[in-house]
Amino acid sequence: MKEMKFYGTAIPGLDIEPYSGKLIVIEGTDGVGRSTHVALLRTWLESSGQAVLDTGMTRSVLAGRGIKNARAGHTLGRLTMQLYYATDFADRLENQMLPALRAGFVVLTDRYIYSAIARAVVRGADPEWVRRIYGMALVPDAVFYLRVRSTEELAGRVLASGRGFDYWESGMDLGLGDDYYDSFIAYQKLLLREFDRMKGEYGFHEIDASRTVRRVAADLRRSVARAIDDESTALPHVREKSKTEPEEDDAIKPAIKTGSDKAKAG
Amino acid sequence: MISYGHHRYPGQLFVVEGTDGSGKSTQLALLHQWLKAEGYPVFFSEWNSSPLVKDTTRRAKKRRLFTPTTFSLLHATDFADRTERNIIPPLKAGAIVLADRYIYTAFARDVARGCDRAWVRETYKFAVKPTVAFFFRAPLDVAIERIASARPNLKFYEAGMDMDWSDDEEESFKIFQGKILDEYDHMVNEFGLTAIDATQSIRVQQRQMREIVGRHLKEKMKEKVLLPK
Repeated sequence: MKEMKFYGTAIPGLDIEPYSGKLIVIEGTDGVGRSTHVALLRTWLESSGQAVLDTGMTRSVLAGRGIKNARAGHTLGRLTMQLYYATDFADRLENQMLPALRAGFVVLTDRYIYSAIARAVVRGADPEWVRRIYGMALVPDAVFYLRVRSTEELAGRVLASGRGFDYWESGMDLGLGDDYYDSFIAYQKLLLREFDRMKGEYGFHEIDASRTVRRVAADLRRSVARAIDDESTALPHVREKSKTEPEEDDAIKPAIKTGSDKAKAG
Repeated sequence: MISYGHHRYPGQLFVVEGTDGSGKSTQLALLHQWLKAEGYPVFFSEWNSSPLVKDTTRRAKKRRLFTPTTFSLLHATDFADRTERNIIPPLKAGAIVLADRYIYTAFARDVARGCDRAWVRETYKFAVKPTVAFFFRAPLDVAIERIASARPNLKFYEAGMDMDWSDDEEESFKIFQGKILDEYDHMVNEFGLTAIDATQSIRVQQRQMREIVGRHLKEKMKEKVLLPK
């Protein structure tokens, strides 16, 4: 069990009781492979018997749809956008993440407050203002920061994914470049600078994401196991591997899939 | 940074605040008519009016999805859109902006719901400081009497039913409005709100309002927007 610790002013009306779950954050810029790794981690954790809830930006019941519609219209102002995302975050924190953590789940979140802070600051918001709004956030058990070596690499990945460049991921609202590519590069560079700044402040564990998916996944598994294991010993993967065990890189073996998909605990 | 505070735009911003049933909207409508008749460019903006947020708010109210924090943040989102769309641009253009409810509504309601005072104020730090913020003060029993006759069916959040203060809607509404009124009273000094006694006749209140607004009006405001270039 662990005491709930918040960055600032906690949410009113909250039972601040110790919780037994783990909050694991996967952060990084667009195209860095976060969702791939969240999916791999989830499979791996579930196969080793951990109940998992995964969540991410704009996935709240309250504000998810509204944000998507507002983004589609391209008329979302800078302040409005930040607050809409904060609403989405608060809803997921109160109704998904905290109940799951109390119920002992591993909560895997694709982005947390850091992406929101980076996006807001890049758009000219007062860094203190955004941080205070997100003071409601629970301090996670671990934050893994996936980082690639160059923004050009990110552009290649976004294209390879088949999605192409998105208006907001390219920061088109900021007028940084003549086309989506130039704007994407300029925007992601700014974001990267903010993430790098936050690294020390929030104690990010940096993971070199320029390597192959397998290597990154193996690295993440080791680190997540360590983060989860500080009290419980439920994870077999943390032990020193014996000679007969396969290489870590090949260890993505979903054993028993637990039915924790409907993880809306509470 | 996007923090407007004391704006330096040529326009003027007048806002009305007060509990439900204080008569503030009536007063603002009368002021609006007068300013238009006088030839001033006027722009009206009301609480909960962002086209980007409206559907989300409506759905959340219907399905009762709000907690005090998300209620506060979604209203702040709505207000941010109003600020970016309907308040800053007209002020820059030199118009008079009239706002029915402003940040003080959030400060009163959200704190009554248990949100942290400093946190809510920080959230709204981007707001433009009004030229004058009128607070129509009606004693609790007067306001409740007016509401009861006008709107017999109280809505869930309007009555503060989400807070479990009472199972009885009317009782809950009274408790909620009482807390809101306390918050407003504290804000009179904190933000220099201009209190108007809302038990006076509508005409007397309007005369007081026009007298105060008149001091901030300049003839050249009429020309600025109306004259063709």
